Amino acid sequence: MEKFGFSLHKARVINYDSNDRSIVDYIIEREPSLKLCIECGCCSATCTTGNFTAFSLREINILLKRGENEEVKNKIKQCMLCGKCVLLCPRGVNTRNVVFLAKQAFQKYSAHAV
Amino acid sequence: MQFDPFELPFDIGLYFILLFVVARSVIWFRQLSRPDKLRLQRGFFGRAFGQSIREIFLESLIHRKILKKNPRLGYMHMSLAFGWFLLILFGTIEADIFGKSHLNPPSRAIFFRFFNPDHGKTFFESGYAFLMDLILAFILSGLILAIIKRFSSRVVGMKKTTRLKILDRVALTALWLIFPSRLIAESLTSGAYGTGSFLTGSLGSVLASFLPAKEVAYPFWWLYSLSLGTFFILLPLTRYMHIPTELFVIFMRNSGIRTGDRAGTFSEVEVHSCSSCGMCIDQCQLNFSAGINTIQATYLMKAVRNNYETRDIAYNCLMCGRCDEVCPVGIEISPIRMIERRNAETGIKYTNIWKGYFRTRPMQPATMQINGTSYDFFPAAEPEKSDVLYFAGCMTHLTPTIKNAMTTILDTSGVKWSFIDENGGVCCGRPLMLAGQDKEARELINYNSQLIWKSGAHTLVTSCPICYKVFRESYYLDVEVLHHTQFIKKCIDDHSLKLNFMHRNVTYHTPCELGRNSGVYDEPKAVLRHVANLEITGYDDEKSLCCGGSLGNIMLSQTNRRKIASDVTRALTKNNPDYLATACPLCKKTLAPVTDTRVADIAEIVAAAIVRPQVKKNTFRGSSKIRESAEVV
Repeated sequence: MEKFGFSLHKARVINYDSNDRSIVDYIIEREPSLKLCIECGCCSATCTTGNFTAFSLREINILLKRGENEEVKNKIKQCMLCGKCVLLCPRGVNTRNVVFLAKQAFQKYSAHAV
Repeated sequence: MQFDPFELPFDIGLYFILLFVVARSVIWFRQLSRPDKLRLQRGFFGRAFGQSIREIFLESLIHRKILKKNPRLGYMHMSLAFGWFLLILFGTIEADIFGKSHLNPPSRAIFFRFFNPDHGKTFFESGYAFLMDLILAFILSGLILAIIKRFSSRVVGMKKTTRLKILDRVALTALWLIFPSRLIAESLTSGAYGTGSFLTGSLGSVLASFLPAKEVAYPFWWLYSLSLGTFFILLPLTRYMHIPTELFVIFMRNSGIRTGDRAGTFSEVEVHSCSSCGMCIDQCQLNFSAGINTIQATYLMKAVRNNYETRDIAYNCLMCGRCDEVCPVGIEISPIRMIERRNAETGIKYTNIWKGYFRTRPMQPATMQINGTSYDFFPAAEPEKSDVLYFAGCMTHLTPTIKNAMTTILDTSGVKWSFIDENGGVCCGRPLMLAGQDKEARELINYNSQLIWKSGAHTLVTSCPICYKVFRESYYLDVEVLHHTQFIKKCIDDHSLKLNFMHRNVTYHTPCELGRNSGVYDEPKAVLRHVANLEITGYDDEKSLCCGGSLGNIMLSQTNRRKIASDVTRALTKNNPDYLATACPLCKKTLAPVTDTRVADIAEIVAAAIVRPQVKKNTFRGSSKIRESAEVV
């Protein structure tokens, strides 16, 4: 490939082919409303956990869709499932179930080492 | 005539089921925890025994609860249960008095007419035969209702009846065959010998007029015995297991045993005691508002009994507790559902061995230990000292009007209070519990407990019934936990809060977590009556509806939640009240978008009714703060 004097930083390359979308597929199969997410960030704005730490459901949704599961795996445990995000979501995404299913999926697939 | 081969199926079935019930009870008893064993022993020699006998008669035989709710359905159940009981009782007495010897085997009583065909000639004997015919007619009338119910459940006043699995259908057919085959067999025998009373006698003489009654009767006696035998053999595999286990449930409950939060003997006995009557289906809002009819209590019990996958059933539920109220057996449905939710994570699971005849507890695989805490980001717990703590809760932070109203009320009441989660606190833990994640919930509970301990408060006021329930039940705290309606009621009673009467009509929506799940019904209504005209809606107290926003259901879509909410508001605003009052921020948040009526929390209504000139100068927060919050309301 011809080099034009600039290149992509390795860390910013998202390779959809090699990234593992099994978790997000598992979630979407059971909670199709996740597809409606427009990443507006209302969920992150109201988040009880987000009040204390950098936890952001919007970020988690994006990471899940990209298949960057390792990062999500530890972050998702911080959610308290309080359900405020569900009430605020303008698109009617059942965000609480998304987190719940993600936890479940990680538990399920952790045996097979994602 | 002492024995005939046709009685063999009945004998085999009967002795099998007797042995089975004994073996099953022994296994169940051995799995009981030690305190529960003691409770059972104390109950056996105490008052519980008499109570249970009375309850077994009223509920298992007469079906009083169903009769009260739905007389036709109650009659159907009563005629089958009580009628069959009477038939067995009087049949045994008949065989004992009129039979050839005393203390006969049970088959002598069941097939009495076959072994004593010429019985019923004398006056006393024919009188007894009349009684037996009357009982049989009683059962058959119920049976006709039962058959009609299978085709059109509306006839017996049920909108929906339970879907059954195949074995249940086979057992049901066997049960249905028992009584008509007895009728025909007895009639033919009576016809041949010229005995019998108004039912068997007259039918018998008609049949005997064109049939060789004696010969035709014999196959029907076989059919009678076979259907009894089939029914008994299939009983442990089907919903009819409730017939023996219901007695245990009543006795165990009266002895003080409760379901608890782990699977055990009592929850197992309860699960088997569900008769699949289907009364919970019509009661379930997911059924009549959202059209989901696979997850009701009866299907949960069925799934647990048969070791089906329970996850989707267990989680797709509002946990409103309406089915607990209506269950005629008194099964603690919500605790069992919670057990299933926890089992989906970790917990004791039961498996069927011997193809369902026995369910036992297998060895528990070691659960995955999660090291460390997932909530290490909590700030250090350093609350200010005060007498009364106010915990708004996550949901109240989404409805700031309630928060401001409570601030005004607390300031006005003159207590020394502090706002524990003014800048957003840690969740109370109930949502995690409802998701079956108790271990995580415990971390939140520990944090909040620390916070409350350190503040040295004696009272904790919360605006959210979800928090209220968990503070009361799962926190081991030495503080009085009050929902804000209870706190307001207290303030009204000791005159620290002076309120105007507003000439407004109000209906009250009882939140599930506050009403059915915590038993707080009177205080909110008393407060409302103090400030406004409270109207009766027909959905009061135990009959109240769920708003649909419940955190208990993780899976329910927003569309279905709205459907439920609009059905609820339609029911509660029939008389066009000025306010639809509620006592839960989540209910308010769910109901407000789907109705034109103003939805308001009781705290808001009370804050608006505070007598203004008498606002006390609060020594702790400064009067400017009061004016500010009063303006917001």
